[in-house]
Amino acid sequence: MLNKYPLWKTLMVLFIVAFGALYALPNLYPEDPAVQVSGLRGVEANAATLDSVKSELTADNISFSSIVLENGQLLVRFSDTEQQLRARDLLEESLGDKFSVALNLTPATPAWLASVGGTPMKLGLDLSGGVSFLMEVNMSEAIVKAQDALVDDFRTDLRGEKIRYRSVKKANNSINVQFRNAEDLTAAHDFLKKRYRDFLMSENADNLTLSAKMTDQKLKEVREYALQQNITIIRNRVNELGVSEPLVQRQGKKHIIIELPGVQDTAKAKEILNATATIEFRLVDTDGDLSAALNGRVPASSKLLYERDGKPVLLKKRVMLTGDHIVDAGSSFDEYSRPQVNISLDSAGGGKMSNGTKSNIGKPMATVFIEYKPTDRKDAEGNTIFEKIEEVISVATIQARLGKTFRITGAGSQSEAHNLALLLRAGALVAPIQIVEERTVGPTLGAENVKLGFQAILMGFGLVFIFMIIYYRAFGVVANLALGANLVLIIGVMSLIPGATLTLPGMAGIVLTVGMAVDANVLIFERIREEMREGKSIQQSIHQGYDAAFSTIIDANITTLIAALILYAIGTGPIKGFAITLSIGIITSMFTAVVGTRTIVNAVWGGKRLDKLSI
Amino acid sequence: MQILQLKETVAFMSYRRGALIFSVILMLASVFSLMTNKLNFGLDFTGGTLIEVGFEKAADLNKIRAVMDSNGYPDAVVQLYGSSRDVVIRLAEREGLNVEMLGNEVLSALQAGTGQNMEMRRIEFVGGSVGDELAEQGGLAMLTALICILVYVAFRFEWRFALGSVFALFHDVLLTLGLFSALKLEFDLTVLAAILAVIGYSLNDTIVVSDRIRENFRKLREGGPADIINISLTQTLSRTFITSITTLLVLAALFFRGGELIHGFATALLFGVFVGTYSSIYVASSVALAFGISKEDLIPEVIDKEGADQEEMTP
Repeated sequence: MLNKYPLWKTLMVLFIVAFGALYALPNLYPEDPAVQVSGLRGVEANAATLDSVKSELTADNISFSSIVLENGQLLVRFSDTEQQLRARDLLEESLGDKFSVALNLTPATPAWLASVGGTPMKLGLDLSGGVSFLMEVNMSEAIVKAQDALVDDFRTDLRGEKIRYRSVKKANNSINVQFRNAEDLTAAHDFLKKRYRDFLMSENADNLTLSAKMTDQKLKEVREYALQQNITIIRNRVNELGVSEPLVQRQGKKHIIIELPGVQDTAKAKEILNATATIEFRLVDTDGDLSAALNGRVPASSKLLYERDGKPVLLKKRVMLTGDHIVDAGSSFDEYSRPQVNISLDSAGGGKMSNGTKSNIGKPMATVFIEYKPTDRKDAEGNTIFEKIEEVISVATIQARLGKTFRITGAGSQSEAHNLALLLRAGALVAPIQIVEERTVGPTLGAENVKLGFQAILMGFGLVFIFMIIYYRAFGVVANLALGANLVLIIGVMSLIPGATLTLPGMAGIVLTVGMAVDANVLIFERIREEMREGKSIQQSIHQGYDAAFSTIIDANITTLIAALILYAIGTGPIKGFAITLSIGIITSMFTAVVGTRTIVNAVWGGKRLDKLSI
Repeated sequence: MQILQLKETVAFMSYRRGALIFSVILMLASVFSLMTNKLNFGLDFTGGTLIEVGFEKAADLNKIRAVMDSNGYPDAVVQLYGSSRDVVIRLAEREGLNVEMLGNEVLSALQAGTGQNMEMRRIEFVGGSVGDELAEQGGLAMLTALICILVYVAFRFEWRFALGSVFALFHDVLLTLGLFSALKLEFDLTVLAAILAVIGYSLNDTIVVSDRIRENFRKLREGGPADIINISLTQTLSRTFITSITTLLVLAALFFRGGELIHGFATALLFGVFVGTYSSIYVASSVALAFGISKEDLIPEVIDKEGADQEEMTP
């Protein structure tokens, strides 16, 4: 029979709309004020932290609605902001500098919704308020550094192979090695060629030089490494800021985007992002008197430092190795399945380490984490004074003479070893970074934008609703239902996609989609009217109308989708938000306007004998 | 209800010479304006610093300018933004400008200088190199979009239609840019997004018309190309108008209710929808016609059945 949908098709449409509605639902719940406690420098919040926080809050008569431990972070929810602020002050004082305590707004999604993965949409910075930075990694500096390290490596390797050379020098974008005779040149070429496969080597017989150039592949690798490493460092530092839901993301080939929702004090954020941290290895002073040192009589050649848990350690003043020699670090397990940190050094560092450890086998060696933190004090010129903070992160016994690669055990649990590896990698920046873009949105402007955006969406919807009902009567109502379902689907899909954020231009995108989504229905309805004017029966007209308009709708929407996808590819922040809502809107509107309205039309008018149609 | 009750076919194509002259004049005017006035590029493209401050009472711009001047920012551009209490201060990028502390410095200078309470609404700093890169990327995006669309339409329809629709898009983009340059409106990233949306919209319109032209070329046996285009345009005219109306309705909502930040966006789209509607009627079809679109180009090739040319064998 004409214009009847099989039951499964109707059910499928209902199911999809219900599915969208389910995931759009979390957006209706307000947010709870909360306090987020996260560990610093490799510490993680655990069950013990949870208990102590719990008892402290109850002792101070602060009522909280829930407390959960998740991914090494503690989240305490409160019923009002007053309790939240009091709790923040209390916890900040009692937990000390091992944890950061941040204010947070946590979605109050009910448990049953959260258990099926329901979360509200993420708001962009222009709606939530906060600060965003775009940082640029200085890539030419990264390449220079990589070349410097290589000059060292070439020297060590040639010496090890007993090939005599006159000089190893860095030229523009290659490394030139000069030899005394042709035999050495050929020998070196053969040897280096095998060892450094990602270099293009060329001999110059006239002046006995071998020049090595990085392949494009290697150059790309160096850049990629510099970017990835800087992202890791920045992520660590951002975590130290204690901001809830920060975003650190690469953008293109040399940029890093950092979004800190809710942060207004950009000066402090910038200082921390620009701060430096590094690592040093020192021998433990086993001859010195620790208790005397604790009383203030520190030996002249030693220095008193503390471990994270407050245990004092007496260290030799002479630094065995500084962290800028660390090329890579990772965590794994040793043969007794204890967590360990594997460290690779550049060749100069390897030499230093080897010399420093060969006469000290069996003695303990300490890894010291050094950080420069900005203080509130300023010097005469108004520059912030940085405070040097030194902390012993591990003490381990030297088992054998160490070389370019070695490992540290005794760093604690597996996750602590992992974090230590991160910090070691993060210790020295591969390439300097610089802030090239900064945007701060005040909280009132953000709230105002949300209000304006919602007003525009409601008004746009209202106007189109009225127009469609006046113009198409009963069919207008059907189109409006589809439009409503479309909005629900857009919000549901936006909430479901993890990377999608709602921005002010994104809201404009929703408004625009509303205007354009009815186009599909206008096409169909006009076609039905045309068919009816040509004298076809009403059921025939409906059928033909939908059929004939279908390919037009597909073509028209795909071309718009092309424009939206290109916009997504080049856009940043708010513009990406616009492209996302527009793309999602195009796809969902095709579904609601074609399949959705057809379902209703078929259910109401399909298969009946009709003389008139309210269109 | 019915807005257009067209009984007769409107002879759109007989006015195409006039439309052509009209379009050419507007396009030349746009190019002229773009060359003399240039585009008033926003912070996103030029780089620099922008500070938006909300005052409690109506702001005195002259006083603010004087305060900025006496605090070492003689080049600051001070403007109202949306309401009499919102002020935007723009500073060009220059050497020795400490961007790190700029926001706080300006804020405290204004607080001291005007004696009024105020709040920081937004601070934006964009480095010059970022802006250059963005302008390049934006241009590239526009070009990529046009090429992708050209390829798609050529593949789905016919190269003459593809040329027609891309020419119409070019026409729409040029006129919108011309409007922004003539009225000296600020051209920022959201406006760029709006122009890409105009491309999407205008294309939507053009495709609907082209689709009908193709259908009619196949269906109708009588009439030359111009007649068929006229018939198709008349048949789709009512949907063209209705879609324009609904889109203009929502854009009006954005324009009046969306706030200052997306004013430029809404302006570009409002104008773009007008031009896009006009261009899908006149520009796209007349270009296709000028390139000599004919029935044969659109009728699918009949594949000969094997043996169809042989005489039927009689037993």
